[in-house]
Parts: sequence; structure tokens; C-alpha cells
Amino acid sequence: MRNFNITKPDSINQAFEISKSDDSNQYLAGGQTLIPTLKFDLNDSNNFIDLSSVKELNGVCEDSNNGIVIGAMTSHAHVAASSLVLDRIPSLADLASNIGDRMVRNMGTIGGSLANNDPSADYPASILALDSKIKTNLREITSTEFITGMYETCLDPNELIQSVSFQIPEKSIYLKFKNPASRYAIVGFYLSVFKNNKILTGLTGASSYAQRCLPLEKALENNFDISSVPDKILDDYLSDLHASSEYREHILKTLIKRAILKLS
Amino acid sequence: MKFKAEINGQHVELDISANTLLVDLIRDNLHLTGTHVGCDSSQCGACTILVEDQSIKSCNVLAMQVSGKKIKTIEYVETDAKYSKLQTSFNQHHGLQCGFCTPGMIMGSIELLEKFNYPDENTIREQLDGNICRCTGYQNIVKSIKKFSEEL
Repeated sequence: MRNFNITKPDSINQAFEISKSDDSNQYLAGGQTLIPTLKFDLNDSNNFIDLSSVKELNGVCEDSNNGIVIGAMTSHAHVAASSLVLDRIPSLADLASNIGDRMVRNMGTIGGSLANNDPSADYPASILALDSKIKTNLREITSTEFITGMYETCLDPNELIQSVSFQIPEKSIYLKFKNPASRYAIVGFYLSVFKNNKILTGLTGASSYAQRCLPLEKALENNFDISSVPDKILDDYLSDLHASSEYREHILKTLIKRAILKLS
Repeated sequence: MKFKAEINGQHVELDISANTLLVDLIRDNLHLTGTHVGCDSSQCGACTILVEDQSIKSCNVLAMQVSGKKIKTIEYVETDAKYSKLQTSFNQHHGLQCGFCTPGMIMGSIELLEKFNYPDENTIREQLDGNICRCTGYQNIVKSIKKFSEEL
């Protein structure tokens, strides 16, 4: 691995100041994707800003709207075991408990996962289906604005995710058909039912970035039944060595129907 | 860079370069070679150690990320009254064949056993799904952990 520098700030302000001093500086969260990337020499940053000592980025709490707020450096294992998350949004704790394996969940963080925005990652589906706001040191971003493409978000180079808020649905479920080796979603589907019958969806793994399916949401608001699932869910499906686009489409439709049945 | 940590109860201070992987620090700088490098790509779990009693893959963490923390490697286990018996259980129940994955299996099991007093077979398999055994001795690995928890 080529050499670089690491700085370990202990506050958000300090981290931001270091980041602004040179645009090639890069934040380091849990590193579970970044370190393999460094081993393959696919990252040319010369300075990593390790956020593990910034205590204000870690933890789960309630917000004033009765939702849940999760700090960016909160590990997947922490979210999976949080009594608040288990009580308010069990599907989110379930999602976190099925990311990677035990050791990855102990290091990997929600902020790192969202900033990386892997097309097969689980959290991007959850922020869409749970009406999340991503709070950074500069602004608050809605989940649909946040995701802009494959591995792309609307974050500025120096912008730092501080926390992610989630609204509490009346019922919700996340189903994932995972790659058995990487545990990434070949296809993942998040379905949430809110008060007044409002439906939100989050699809991951199926296309080049996580997205909602508005026709499906509308159809389910009219009639919450598997017969309402539209024939066309997405315009394009990913096709790679793990699964063809036809296979992904089939799995996605199966997961959608299973999710509806489970919540019926 | 200055790296400081408590490793197996000993205070350690070293000057390292920022790109040092935790597993390399443990094996090359401290000569604690019980922690193995299996795949070097965070797939196999042979390099599993405990940081603040949580299992992590030391080949996928930079040493500087855990500077200041309490670290335990497989070498601490034989001095531990409780978990040295887990090693004995692996021995008695044929929980290893070639032994390469065993240090990672033991370290992963310790976190599992701290969370679940009497884990059932499914829990053991689920919690250890990040530890791969190429001899495919999973039956006896699960048996070793289960027997240990029952005989405790």
C-alpha cells in the first residue's frame, strides 16, 4: 500500500478545517470499503481524516419530531442492537444486522456507507423508504436529493455527514436477496407504511443507484395487495457477473410481493 | 506516526507509518504471529482480533484507526481462565483440522459467547459467518463452541 498521512481530529469543526485546507484530503469513517480500495491502489488521497475520535458523530437518539437520529460514525452493530431502533423501526435494526458479517458491522458506519453510496448497499434503500434527512455540517439534505448516481451523492468534497434522521412508519420491512460471499444486496427492497396510508419504497442493488418506485407507491396506496404491483418497476436493471438484469427484475418483483404479504 | 495501545494487557508504543495495517503491526512489529493473514481482502476472518472486546478483521483496519484502544489477540487467550477452556474444547471436539482459521474462529467466538450465554447452533453459525474454514470443519467448530458453553 502506498504511503499517506492520517490526522485524527476530535471535533467536527476541526475535521472540516483540515478538509478545507486541501481538497484532496478525504474523510475516513470505518474504512471497510476504503481500505480494500487503498490496497488496490484505486484512491489517490494523500491525507485521510480519521473521524473515529469525533465523539459527537456517534450514537442514536430521538429527535423533536419523534423520529430517530443516528450519528454518522455509529457502527452497523450499534444500530442493530440499539433498543431505540429495535423499538421504533425494527426493520432498520434488521437491515443493520444483515450488513456484511459481524466484524464488518463492528467497524462499518452508517455515514461511511451513505457517503460511499454503493449501488448494492443497504442503507441507501432505508433513507428513501423512511423519509430521511441527511444532516451535514453545512445543510440538511432530503434522501432523494442526496443520491445522485452510482457511488455519487450531492455532498461537496469537504462536506461531512453528521447524522441521519428517520421517520417512524406504522409498519415496515426490508427484504434482501444477498450475495452469499459479500452479503451485498443483489436486490434489496424496503417498504414502509406511514400514517394516513402513505407508502414509501426503497430499491437497492437492482439498478445503478438506490431509488424509489413512485408508480408502485401510488398503486399500493390505492390497494395494498400483490395484484397492484405494476408490471414495470424500473427502466433499467443492472447486469453483472452476479446476476443478469432479467434475474434482478424477477427477484425484485418477488421481494416486493413478499414484503406486501408480510405487511398485510 | 505515534501508535499507542494496550495489547494483551501490555502498554505498547511504536513509531509506524500511517499505511501500516493493524495485522502487520501485530505480526511484524510485535511478533505476535498467532493472528493469521488468510485472504488479505477482508473475506475470510483468519485475522480476527478484539478491539475493545469487539471482533474486527485486522487486515482491513489501519493501525492508526485503533490507536489508544484496548486490543486482544489470540495470544491473550491461553492466559484467560475462562476462554483458555474454549481452546481446550476445540482440541477435544476436533474443532480444527489444519488450524489456519482457528485463531480467528476463537476470537470471533469470544465476542459471540460474551453476548449469548448458551448460543444455539443457528446463532453460532450466523454470528460466525464471517469466519471461513477451508477444511470445512464447521460441524465440529460449532460443536466445540456449544459444548464449551454447556460445560461452563
